[in-house]
Amino acid sequence: MRNTVISVENLVKKFGSFTANDNLSFEVYEGEIFGFLGANGAGKTTAIRILSGLSAPTSGKVTVAGFDAGKQAELIKRNIGYMCQKFSLYEDLTVKENITLYGGIYGLSRSLIVSRIGVLLDRLRFRAFENRLISDLPLGLRQKLAFSVALLHEPKIVFLDEPTGGVDPITRRQFWEMIYETAAMGITIFVTTHYMDEAEYCDRISIMSEGKIVALDTPDNLKKKYNAETVEDVFIKIARP
Amino acid sequence: MNRFLGFVRKEFLHIFRDYRTLVILFGIPVAQILIFGFAVSMDIKNAGVAFLDLSHDEMTQKLSDKIISSGFFIKTEELLSYKDIDRVLKKGKTKAVIIFEEHFGRRLIRDGKASLSIIADGSEPNTATLITNYTTAIVNDFNMGIAPAQITGAMRIVPEVKMFYNPGLQSHFMFVPGVITLILILICALMTSVTITREKEFGTMEVLLVSPLRPIQIILGKVTPYFLLSFINVLLILALSWFVFGLPVKGSIVLLLAESMLYILMSLSLGILISTVSSTMQQAIFISLIGLMLPTILLSGFIFPIENMPKIYDYVSSIVPPRYFIIIIKNIMIKGTGLMYIWKETLILTVMTIVFIVISVRKFKIRLE
Repeated sequence: MRNTVISVENLVKKFGSFTANDNLSFEVYEGEIFGFLGANGAGKTTAIRILSGLSAPTSGKVTVAGFDAGKQAELIKRNIGYMCQKFSLYEDLTVKENITLYGGIYGLSRSLIVSRIGVLLDRLRFRAFENRLISDLPLGLRQKLAFSVALLHEPKIVFLDEPTGGVDPITRRQFWEMIYETAAMGITIFVTTHYMDEAEYCDRISIMSEGKIVALDTPDNLKKKYNAETVEDVFIKIARP
Repeated sequence: MNRFLGFVRKEFLHIFRDYRTLVILFGIPVAQILIFGFAVSMDIKNAGVAFLDLSHDEMTQKLSDKIISSGFFIKTEELLSYKDIDRVLKKGKTKAVIIFEEHFGRRLIRDGKASLSIIADGSEPNTATLITNYTTAIVNDFNMGIAPAQITGAMRIVPEVKMFYNPGLQSHFMFVPGVITLILILICALMTSVTITREKEFGTMEVLLVSPLRPIQIILGKVTPYFLLSFINVLLILALSWFVFGLPVKGSIVLLLAESMLYILMSLSLGILISTVSSTMQQAIFISLIGLMLPTILLSGFIFPIENMPKIYDYVSSIVPPRYFIIIIKNIMIKGTGLMYIWKETLILTVMTIVFIVISVRKFKIRLE
């Protein structure tokens, strides 16, 4: 039995009379790549905001990295990484300045930042770009860098909110290789995506519809259960509201 | 603390990498001071006047010489008949025609009175009023000079007017405080609201919010560089107005700087407030420009005195913060008064600052929910 790093029990989030998350319950394990799917407006973003400590649940028990999402949001923030669909690095700063900034925000010491910058740049073969402005880099490189920056403080869990939106297929493939490497290091990946081929790469996926989780299993089991060729077919069968 | 400093450093980098921000920060204040100081002059200097002298005697000669030598006027033409008046005013260079009646000098000495008419170009009401006032003053002065010797008769009371604090009635005395007031609120509110909404638009705010930085640290980090730069701006404007216009600070410079800091703080918190209600940079710019610039120019007493407005505008202007700062800064710079005379305005600004900060912190939190 693997360690549970995210545990959600009967999570409900209401905005006035609108129920964005209706009684969600699921667990995510250490080192797992967990795909979080759903049509737009199904309640994914609300759930991610709660899991990353940005908003408090209306009711239910949510534990992330061992901390309660309602009361210990600040502790959660220190232990997770986050990369959102919109671009998350500053275009008018250089690669090095961006890394230093985020290292500083996460409270890393100067010497630690310097050594991690070195490791990171070497891993991405980015040495040549160290002093280039982000705006001069192609989108694919930026996304890889943004992912690496989200890992800079060695979080236990990384939330990736549509990380590959607008990226070419080759870079997407490379990006997923990075995700696999990261998961192999024991870091949990919680990823949302609209690309169904990417969903196939996940260890387990959950599909949300109208605020509820309507399916949660490995891609293979889901395909068998719904008698479908691909995850995309599964998605179309059950995610349509 | 390290987190915070790193964040502030990043803000400075944003500012210095973007030359447009620098131009707005420092170019506009300098340009405004120079434009308002030189171009938008409320005094008259070298206004064109023409004379229609139907008398041509020693007295009219003396009086017209006196008018010209005052330095406010230059003579454009010497007219021969009433018919020329319309023509010369239409040409535009001449702003007023001064007419001496027939036998001006003789009547003045014999009857003790003679008449002089001023026909001014009313299409420019401000200039027309100024010209008539100035001319009347010169004529009065002339009267005084000749009265005891040549005119006998009724005793007259002649008011002697003296302008305290601004003896030359120079308009930069009015503009420099106004421009400081306008520039500070514009730059502070505009820049802060834009820099915060920019992070929202680019999606970087999202990342900052999930980081361990607290919302208050994010806000302070955004605002600190602008606080420092705005303060440098105040020094720059004061230095400029001293070197270019010779405008001194009569009161305590320390008090002036302290009040400026309060006003900067108020403007920054207003900027944060604007950023919480706008989701794009355009919106923030629009609200800052329309919502702040017009009220500051029209309702703060910068150009139009509040006392002359209908009561309703007076009430509206009482919620316009620059109104109070203008009073404060004019008092300190021009009259040289101390805190004793401006504590009420200072208090109002302090309360406004606190209210803005409280509302924006609330709003910022609501956004997170």
